[in-house]
Amino acid sequence: MSALLPLTVTGAEARRRGKTLVGPVDLTMDGPGTTVVIGPNGSGKTTLLSLLHGTARLSRGTITWNCPLEQARAAQAFVFQRPVMLRRNVRDNIAYPLQLRGTRRPEARAQADQWAERIGLGDMLDRSAGALSGGEQQKLALARALILKPELLFLDEPCAALDGRSMREIETILANAKAEGTKLVLATHDMGQARRMADDVLFLLHGRVHEARPAPEFFAGPDTAEARAFLKGDIVE
Amino acid sequence: MLDVWNGLAAAFWLVVRLDPDLIEITLRSLQVTLTALVIASLIALPLAALLAVRRFRWRRAVIAVLNALMGLPPVVVGLVVYILLSRSGPFGVFGLLFTPTAMIIAQVIIIVPLIASIAHQSLRELWTDYHDLLISLNVTQRQKMQTLLWDARRALLTAALAGFGRAIGEVGAIMIVGGNIDHVTRVLTTAIALETGRGDFALALGLGFVLIALAVTVNLVIHGLGRTEREGRW
Ligand SMILES: Nc1ncnc2c1ncn2[C@@H]1O[C@H](COP(=O)(O)OP(=O)(O)OP(=O)(O)O)[C@@H](O)[C@H]1O
Ligand SMILES: [Mg+2]
Repeated sequence: MSALLPLTVTGAEARRRGKTLVGPVDLTMDGPGTTVVIGPNGSGKTTLLSLLHGTARLSRGTITWNCPLEQARAAQAFVFQRPVMLRRNVRDNIAYPLQLRGTRRPEARAQADQWAERIGLGDMLDRSAGALSGGEQQKLALARALILKPELLFLDEPCAALDGRSMREIETILANAKAEGTKLVLATHDMGQARRMADDVLFLLHGRVHEARPAPEFFAGPDTAEARAFLKGDIVE
Repeated sequence: MLDVWNGLAAAFWLVVRLDPDLIEITLRSLQVTLTALVIASLIALPLAALLAVRRFRWRRAVIAVLNALMGLPPVVVGLVVYILLSRSGPFGVFGLLFTPTAMIIAQVIIIVPLIASIAHQSLRELWTDYHDLLISLNVTQRQKMQTLLWDARRALLTAALAGFGRAIGEVGAIMIVGGNIDHVTRVLTTAIALETGRGDFALALGLGFVLIALAVTVNLVIHGLGRTEREGRW
């Protein structure tokens, strides 16, 4: 069903002030499995995801979708590592993307209520989003991304502030989204979550894709010494 | 000290008697300033939003000029508007000099930079917060500005109130372009100036107290409105 994928990245680089943050990266991504992006702090996960999403400036190389860029952008959503809360209540936060695309307010709010219920914010609809806890804000951001039914969903450590139970609930919701055809690209520091969710793994190191393989192979035994060390929890140089 | 008490007494009696002149002057003050405030806000708020979200070549220059214009001396504004509207000026044909419209024009020019600068500050801050999300959601320039203006509305109210305060208490410019004509362009501030010049301190003080009371009331009412809304929505 996806008109979006495959995605082809060739020689993509993100440079800021003469320093290369990410790249050069070459990869192709095809549906429908979940791609999990792992790597140490500062290895470039966030930057790579925003490059692909189109919110970070591409300094060199190309990123091509299977459809015009505009269409591709409209079919994606992004859940940020630091959730952005609109200064509105929970319901209006979740309804916001729908309203942007012209859905009438009552309809948008009704859908927002459903999503809030599903994600576990059902009894906080009228609270100011800024007054939610960190974990609740992450859930809100996720609901706000899913409400658009994106074909491709980027998740940048969406469960970093969640307790075990919330994390399982979110993973179930994500698994449902995947079953309905959403391609997930997930950056995470939680190796348990990576094992549970991944179909493919991208291991980043120093801004480059150090290892890219199907998940079962990767977790059975990475090719590179760095990835092995990272999986064991050792410090990677 | 005696003058102050006389002033209070005079103000008291003016209000209690519902002095027709006082009412007329007060209403004209409100009418001129509120009209100027609405027009100025319609110009300044979208301008502030545009400056917050749009990168264009002269953005910094425009912001600097706005900030500088905040301290514009009203007398100079009055002079310029006077020249523009005077019979031999470019807009002389409209016959606006010495009308409330001329006063509104002068006040708009005085408060647009003030409202725009204050509004720009808070919109800019909000934009840094919202930037990533809004870019990710592919909003149009217009939706961006709408979102910011709506979500910053309480800060914008404060900006508008600052504009109101400046306009309602302003005398230099409207004296020049309005002419302080009885029953036509006399407002609280110009009446105070007149009575002071005449030596009628009691009446001048009385008018002054009415002016202060007016400014405070408008502020309280608008803040009250903001608060009710906040409790309803948040
Ligand atoms: N706008 C920027 N300007 C300069 N350096 C940046 C910028 N954004 C990111 N960096 C740097 O680029 C590197 C990669 O950052 P990135 O946020 O992608 O890492 P990450 O893998 O997501 O890390 P974490 O696990 O901590 O989230 C870091 O060293 C970071 O400091
Ligand atoms: Mg990151």
